[in-house]
Amino acid sequence: MSEEKVIFGRSGGFFPVFERRPGPIKSNMHYCPGCGHGILHKLIAEAIADFGIQDKTIIIAPVGCAVFSYYYFDCFGISAPHGRAPAVGTGLARANPDNLVISYQGDGDLASIGFNHILQAANRGENLAVFFVNNAIYGMTGGQMAPTTLPGQKTQTTPLGRSVSSEGYPLKVSETVAALDAPVYVERCALSTVQKIRKARLAIRKALTNSIERKGFSLVELLSGCPVNLKMNAQDMNEFLDNQMSRYFPLGVYKDIADSRDPINRPVGIYQPEAVRELLYPVRVADGVSESFRNPSRIFQSERRIKLCGSGGQGVLSLGYMLATMGKLRNFNVSWLPSYGPEMRGGTANCSVVLSRDPIGSPVVDKECNLLLALNQPALEKYLPTLKSNGILLYDESNGKCPDEVLERVIYTLPASDLAKQLGDLKYANSMMLGAVAVMMCDLFLDEEDKADFDRVFEEAIMDCFHEKEHVVKNNIKAFYIGKAKAKRIRN
Amino acid sequence: MEYTNRILLKGNEAVIYGALLAGCECFFGYPITPASEIAHTAARCFPKLGRTFLQAECEIAAINMVMGAAANGRRAMTASSGLGISLKQEGISYLSGEELPALVVDIMRAGPGLGNIGPEQSDYNQVVKGGGHGSYHCIVLSPASAQEMCDFPLLAFELAEKYRIVVYLLTDGVIGQTMETVTLPEPLSKRAEVPAWALDVSRPRTNLISSIYLEHDDLEALNKKLQSKYAEIRANEQRCEEYKTQDADIVLVGYGISGRLCRSAVDELRAKGIKAGLLRPITLWPFPVDAIRALGQAKEFIAVEMSDGQMIDDVKLAINCDRPVHLINRMGGNITTIDEIVKRVTEIVGAKEA
Repeated sequence: MSEEKVIFGRSGGFFPVFERRPGPIKSNMHYCPGCGHGILHKLIAEAIADFGIQDKTIIIAPVGCAVFSYYYFDCFGISAPHGRAPAVGTGLARANPDNLVISYQGDGDLASIGFNHILQAANRGENLAVFFVNNAIYGMTGGQMAPTTLPGQKTQTTPLGRSVSSEGYPLKVSETVAALDAPVYVERCALSTVQKIRKARLAIRKALTNSIERKGFSLVELLSGCPVNLKMNAQDMNEFLDNQMSRYFPLGVYKDIADSRDPINRPVGIYQPEAVRELLYPVRVADGVSESFRNPSRIFQSERRIKLCGSGGQGVLSLGYMLATMGKLRNFNVSWLPSYGPEMRGGTANCSVVLSRDPIGSPVVDKECNLLLALNQPALEKYLPTLKSNGILLYDESNGKCPDEVLERVIYTLPASDLAKQLGDLKYANSMMLGAVAVMMCDLFLDEEDKADFDRVFEEAIMDCFHEKEHVVKNNIKAFYIGKAKAKRIRN
Repeated sequence: MEYTNRILLKGNEAVIYGALLAGCECFFGYPITPASEIAHTAARCFPKLGRTFLQAECEIAAINMVMGAAANGRRAMTASSGLGISLKQEGISYLSGEELPALVVDIMRAGPGLGNIGPEQSDYNQVVKGGGHGSYHCIVLSPASAQEMCDFPLLAFELAEKYRIVVYLLTDGVIGQTMETVTLPEPLSKRAEVPAWALDVSRPRTNLISSIYLEHDDLEALNKKLQSKYAEIRANEQRCEEYKTQDADIVLVGYGISGRLCRSAVDELRAKGIKAGLLRPITLWPFPVDAIRALGQAKEFIAVEMSDGQMIDDVKLAINCDRPVHLINRMGGNITTIDEIVKRVTEIVGAKEA
């Protein structure tokens, strides 16, 4: 008896026994006789074993006949939803650049339901090796038309043959991907003759090498047989691949620029708490007050609701933000809610600010507001009904005097925009309006110590917002005091 | 340089600060109003910490990128609003079947269809009841302030990893858009560990993430395993905030901005002599049924929500419909006002007394 000797065995990239395969058969694959998947699996398995990369290779199983590819490959595996493998692969490749990610996809998966994903991943130059099986038909679901089905080819959903006037022409994936700037390598091969399979073997190794070297996106398209669904024998199948499919899908290298590309360099995440705090926490710019500080004036004992309005571009939102910042710096709970979306793009802009010692209920100020800051007449007219009967109105009268019909209210006015322009920039109108607020607050509500604190907190707030721009801070403070000097109450 | 942990942030900004402090490594998203500031803030802050921000080509891609990063054992998140969440449902079903932890933020706007960008709470059913295919649940936390938007990502990742489940933060456009004072939490003391099951070089390569089970019995076994996990979550993870409920005759139930409005309404109603209270669910799934059932003295419940009445079903189920449950709602981007709530509750109480 001579000893049995294995000369050419199963590749090391496969499991020795296919335990994951349900049912009694654990030694061979689920693919039909003559199917290209088995050949391609073997080429990939050999390559990942030869390259010694199994411990960091993740093969994404598509939806299609290769959905069960994880039965066979001895490396990490994940199933993606139909067509989404390039997105799943993007997540894997970005999460850890050490991952070697293979997206294994068929023509329905890649070229139909997931075509946008593959183009976008290619266009981003993701570090993926994509192996694209083009067999001109949907195999798994039983022989329906694929985007790569040839004109005239009969399938379950083109019983009379694919009509180019109805279903269009076979989709040329390699050509399309190669037309993008980012991909480094695109080649179309065929799994037909031994010679062509050997060429495919090299292409697969090249794509994987690109991934290992982090050169980015490689795609190898493989024309592949599906004799069962195409109802062909082995000989006819090869004839179909080499003569009919190859006519629409010419074999060859469509792009190969990996040598000219630098490896992708992704940043390294920072998690050390001190560093995170430094990068994320705001800089403390003012000494401010202690956490227990409370302004004593009675006005601050209940919730104060403020509405600010004007036209888009007048700085209404930043005026509200300044008020909210002042509140924050004096330990109030504050809320600031802008009008958002299309309303901001032209027309009136408004925002709501609430200051309270207690938790704030509604951040929406749509009635009973204590203070209305209106930067023009249309906004004033629109929001005046939200003002409480004893509420106070602050009005920028640059664009016209305060309308007569509101004169029974407590009103403070200031030509803020005009004065701001004189100071050199309309942007300073906000600080001038806050100067007017200071005058009003001092006249009506503030204890002596809070009067001086209002100026202080304004200056702190300006620092808080603009500490990197010294001249902006200086001019805003100047504007504030001009506002304080020029604001006046309308006596009625 | 000296730092402070007090900051003014929109809810949409706060959730990114919270996520980064909770060690989130990857953000994948797609622009949509009123959730876009989440992506803006992520685009600014993730790279600052050397972490991954990527604008995906679509909502579907974003959730699948999250799937990839989560499979790798990384803390990953995405964010969107109703329409985008509809598109993500396929991926969320997969994540659930694959038992992958992830954070999904939904800042609800008005629907159906394109609707408008005003706030609504009409994604409740598609998020809380599971909008994708299959028998699965996600834990749903509902923040009602910028502070909670900042605090909840840490809780979300802890729960997500503990149970291997998708955790949503579900709130409305008002909470997303409102800027409030926030006290930033402390950053995680160290990078979150890569879980044993992850597809990571530090783990055995036999690790496999899949939701396909060809044998019916195998898939049934997975489903049973999921259901027992959900039972455990129902038993252990219900959360809510109660305000003046202990002696309340009438209990308002509302989440997100509606919960905030109800709190103010309760004070006004109490001032008028009506014994009202608020139960604000913090977990919408699991719904805080135990807390609701404990309110045996309550005579009536009122669901306050910005939808056709979606959460109200869970209130009714919680009490087995044994007492009246009323609905106060607005739709189309309109926000319920405190006045309306007070008026309607007063009417309801009045009608009962009459």
